[in-house]
Amino acid sequence: MESIKPIKNCVEGADCFSASSDTDNKKITARQLGIGVLGLVAWYIIYKQLLPFSHFFSYGLLGLEKGSHLGEAIQFFVYDTPKVMMLLTLIVFVIGMLRSFFTQERTRKYLAGKRETAGNVMAALLGIVTPFCSCSAVPLFLGFVQAGVPLGVTFSFLIAAPMVNEIAVILLYGLLGWKVAAIYLGTGLLIAILSGWVIGRFKLEHWIEDWVQELRSAEAVVIEEKLSWADRIDRGREAVRDIVGKVWIYVVAGIGVGAAIHGYVPETFMASIMGKEAWWSVPVAVGVGIPMYSNAAGIVPVVEALLGKGAALGTVLAFMMSVIALSLPEMVILRKVLKPKLIAVFIGVVGSGILFTGFLFNLII
Amino acid sequence: MEIKVCGPGCASCEKTQKIVEAAIAATGVDATLTKITDFQKIAKMGIFSTPAVVINGEVKSVGNVPKQAEVEGWMTA
Repeated sequence: MESIKPIKNCVEGADCFSASSDTDNKKITARQLGIGVLGLVAWYIIYKQLLPFSHFFSYGLLGLEKGSHLGEAIQFFVYDTPKVMMLLTLIVFVIGMLRSFFTQERTRKYLAGKRETAGNVMAALLGIVTPFCSCSAVPLFLGFVQAGVPLGVTFSFLIAAPMVNEIAVILLYGLLGWKVAAIYLGTGLLIAILSGWVIGRFKLEHWIEDWVQELRSAEAVVIEEKLSWADRIDRGREAVRDIVGKVWIYVVAGIGVGAAIHGYVPETFMASIMGKEAWWSVPVAVGVGIPMYSNAAGIVPVVEALLGKGAALGTVLAFMMSVIALSLPEMVILRKVLKPKLIAVFIGVVGSGILFTGFLFNLII
Repeated sequence: MEIKVCGPGCASCEKTQKIVEAAIAATGVDATLTKITDFQKIAKMGIFSTPAVVINGEVKSVGNVPKQAEVEGWMTA
């Protein structure tokens, strides 16, 4: 089926994307809907069996002693691996479908008309759902500059997109409960909004590389896409194949580390080095986390295990956020469009925001 | 026919290039395929999300991996 219409060049400011509102020419059939519902029910039933199965496997089948180091580690691994993979598959599928509604073109057009402050808030929220990976960061940034989105608003988006990761939110919810998920979501958004606002106040436009500035007069090519529900389901499936196919290794590695911590690290060990009393643990966690790069899906099981061993929530959150939001490969890519000073400001502002979050939560919880 | 695949070299860009190569082979169209990885050049063409496919100077797709049938359609049209 031809799903792409002939090209139409959109001039800045012209209202072209609202004209591309999606008509659902292909309806989902009752049969497809039935398969979907049955699939969900089966998913739920299997999901509920995972905990009893992990106990049976580790303590019954393998005959390991409950409470022993190896037994605890194996049970953790056997329980968490399928659990996280099942959650991940479902989330990625749903988000892959949802994302077909939020294209980069639409986001750009929308933010170009927004003033700062309100723009920072909208940019941070859009950052959660808009497709984004470190290799599309640069074209996306260029597109924002070209469309005339204010620099501070652009940064709110650039910070929120990797940091407030929807996969991390839902995995935190699944593994640690809604409170931790809400805290992560709330503080992540706040950091993105405030950091972007602060960067906007500094008026640092001259720290963008010169050739990027010249793009303001360029015209963006926009291609309208008409997607039916069947196409959107396809997008969901593709997302599962792409993302789950890529991150499963991080997840298994993350759960492996988590299982080792869970089984072998003494209960009070983490409390002494990552506990509330150790104030210096927050900056250390951020310092260690920034150069590290891991997928959000891989870091959550480690977080779960650290919290279980008495690490303080603020410290663990700070570690997780610095691993996900600031990474060396991303900085190297951004260097092509930003002067080093602006990258330093970016790291400084976001890093301080994360530090603040860490201290705050250690103080109040 | 001149075909350009624009993208910094991520997984989707590689996939797009393979699809275009397959489409060239399947249709037997006489085409030269160039890969553009430089952000500056890509942006100058008005492309702000990758991967993108450009045929004879006309931007055919932006920001997604096209299907092989689609690419063949553009080439034979």
